Amino acid sequence: MKQYRAHLLVCAGTGCVSCGAFKIKAALEQEVKKRNLQDEIQVVATGCNGFCERGPIVLVQPDGIFYQLLQVEDVPHLVEEHLLKGRPVKKLMYVPPAEKQPVPKMKDIEFFKHQRLIVLRNRGRIDPEKIEEYIAFDGYEALAKALSEMTPQAVIDEILFSGLRGRGGAGFPTGKKWAAAAKEKRSPKYLICNGDEGDPGAFMDRSVLEADPHAVLEGMIIGAKAVGASKGFVYIRHEYPLALKRMEIAIAQARESGLLGQDILGTGFDFDLEIVQGAGAFVSGEESALIASVEGRIAMPRQRPPYPAQRGLWGQPTVINNVETWATVPNIIRRGADWFQGLGTETSKGTKIFALVGKIANTGLVEVPMGISLREIVYGIGGGIPDKRDFKAVQIGGPSGGCLPAKLLDLPVDYESLTAAGAMMGSGGMIVMDDKTCMVDIAKYFLNFLQDESCGKCVSCREGTQRMYEIVKAITEGKGKESDLALLEELAQITKDASMCGLGQTAGNPVLTTLRYFRHEYEAHILDKRCPAGVCKSLIRYVVLAEKCTGCQSCKKACPNDCIKGTLKDIHLIDQSKCIKCGACKEACKFEAIEEQRDEAIQII
Amino acid sequence: MDTDKTRTQSIIDKHQGLQKNLIAILLDVQECFNYLPPDALRHVAKALDMPLIDILGVATFYRAFSLKPRGKHTCLVCLGTACHVRGGPKILEELERKLAIPAGETTKDGQFTLETVACLGCCAIGPVVVVDGEYHGHATIRKIGPILEKYQKPAAS
Repeated sequence: MKQYRAHLLVCAGTGCVSCGAFKIKAALEQEVKKRNLQDEIQVVATGCNGFCERGPIVLVQPDGIFYQLLQVEDVPHLVEEHLLKGRPVKKLMYVPPAEKQPVPKMKDIEFFKHQRLIVLRNRGRIDPEKIEEYIAFDGYEALAKALSEMTPQAVIDEILFSGLRGRGGAGFPTGKKWAAAAKEKRSPKYLICNGDEGDPGAFMDRSVLEADPHAVLEGMIIGAKAVGASKGFVYIRHEYPLALKRMEIAIAQARESGLLGQDILGTGFDFDLEIVQGAGAFVSGEESALIASVEGRIAMPRQRPPYPAQRGLWGQPTVINNVETWATVPNIIRRGADWFQGLGTETSKGTKIFALVGKIANTGLVEVPMGISLREIVYGIGGGIPDKRDFKAVQIGGPSGGCLPAKLLDLPVDYESLTAAGAMMGSGGMIVMDDKTCMVDIAKYFLNFLQDESCGKCVSCREGTQRMYEIVKAITEGKGKESDLALLEELAQITKDASMCGLGQTAGNPVLTTLRYFRHEYEAHILDKRCPAGVCKSLIRYVVLAEKCTGCQSCKKACPNDCIKGTLKDIHLIDQSKCIKCGACKEACKFEAIEEQRDEAIQII
Repeated sequence: MDTDKTRTQSIIDKHQGLQKNLIAILLDVQECFNYLPPDALRHVAKALDMPLIDILGVATFYRAFSLKPRGKHTCLVCLGTACHVRGGPKILEELERKLAIPAGETTKDGQFTLETVACLGCCAIGPVVVVDGEYHGHATIRKIGPILEKYQKPAAS
């Protein structure tokens, strides 16, 4: 293999790609060539680095220097200074908020410092489209061990003992699932990788598939050996084109290397994989619905038991695990269940990946040991709330999860604690909200999502989510009644109790947790006709603050409805009867002279 | 018409004419025609030996499919939770006003189809608008006009 003196690792996850990472990569390659450095320096596109907020990102190895927010124009300077003259470029480095000095090395940056990378161990360091690079970092070592040194039962025992639980949300012990499928005598048996990541604000599965597809494959081949499956399916959303592409490449490479197909590694074991594309339905993330979707049918869940391990794909025993779960498996086999046991809490072992998004300084993907507190994630890694605003809530677990308030910031993140607080682990989306976020509006948002995505099979879910949505919508419009809150609680409980699948059983969570922790906001909407966060359109009005207005006319030009009056250098006035509350004027004003008024009840004149 | 038929048939052949590949077939048909034309659906039903109602069931259940012809440009607004808290709905409203259509519809001149998506997973640059696969991050109400103009211009010239 060719030796290079430096590697430029360009993050090519979806976040950075959408900020122009491939343009940066092309510019780097061009510049390196121009200076005749192509034999000394290699430019590599890696999977998602995690620190999406700062994209496009380039990591220079072996120095470990982290460059961020790159523009194509920065590239010539960067190559000349760092790679020719050996002077790292300070102005392209990360400067922590409220500090002046840049932090040159990736390992010293707070965002990376507190993470524990196991599933994401290869992120940002290997080219996911090259199997050799995966193998160079101990890839497929666990597979060789499982195939040549362990019996299928020993593999299952190892996974059972490790305490690994499903990372897709419900947290069912993975080993138990495998043992149940292994016990079945019928064949063929199937494996499915659930990559139908539908939770808005969650993208860890996509990131794993993009950054380290071979880890998922290796986990699946090990699982296949353990349960005796001959065929597997990797289900990926069609909204994830990059993940689909990288998985296709990985499967082809694994086949070529004799790691998939007939007689794997010469052990006489046959197993092959196929990719199935999702077509956009949130409910297809539920395992029985996913099976229906792989079979080419409408993704409608069915009653369980029988569980997929007994009767799954085409009625055959099937093991379904989430992307992150499969990618954890090789690590456990390679390093041993004892090692995995030592991470996390009593009931939740190992690490979990979270997508830290919303009103947070460091948006990105983080992998942390189970049991870490919310505060450490939000403030330690996430860097707190931007624009000096106050933390209000963190929403965990997607539409089925819940909103947890500031007083629960010290809650340890594990399956049991989150469920007890009314939220759930879910797939690991963590949406941070500040004081400008209205919790009633958030409940409305999730209910709208759920009533849209409910497959319609159970009356309780189909009607329940719709009725709850209508009630909450009326509340945000100032048409709520005092009796609505009790009615909402009742509806949420019935939807929970009477629905068949996970979607319906958790559909009440967004309402129940916001009511539990933020009841006062509902009351403000209903009793005072006031939206404390200044979000709900019907309950606010935009006004010009006379003392700040300079009469620059920016707002007047921005207004799509022509309802702002005022001549140059005169204080402007918004005609409330014509205002459609689009917010364009507030966005256009450079002097913060436009505000959502919400302190008093708005009288509809 | 014949060419449409052969195009549909070659897609079906690519997926071995198997019923289990129905979703993949429909995704490819949609990519080929930009929507699911009724004739193509009938063709698929016959070729897979399935009732048309089952094909239609799948075509209407999944969000990715459209039974109506779509515009030249597809404008996708992310309404994921992260984009929502950062003002995604205001961006959608501005697009609805500028294009004079509600989400899910196509402009009369066939230029734009406005769609929403539950999450694109690039939350760091939210709110996000994607036009023809090109990402426009940190969207603001004021940026919408120039973004649309960029795609309108080549058509006008």
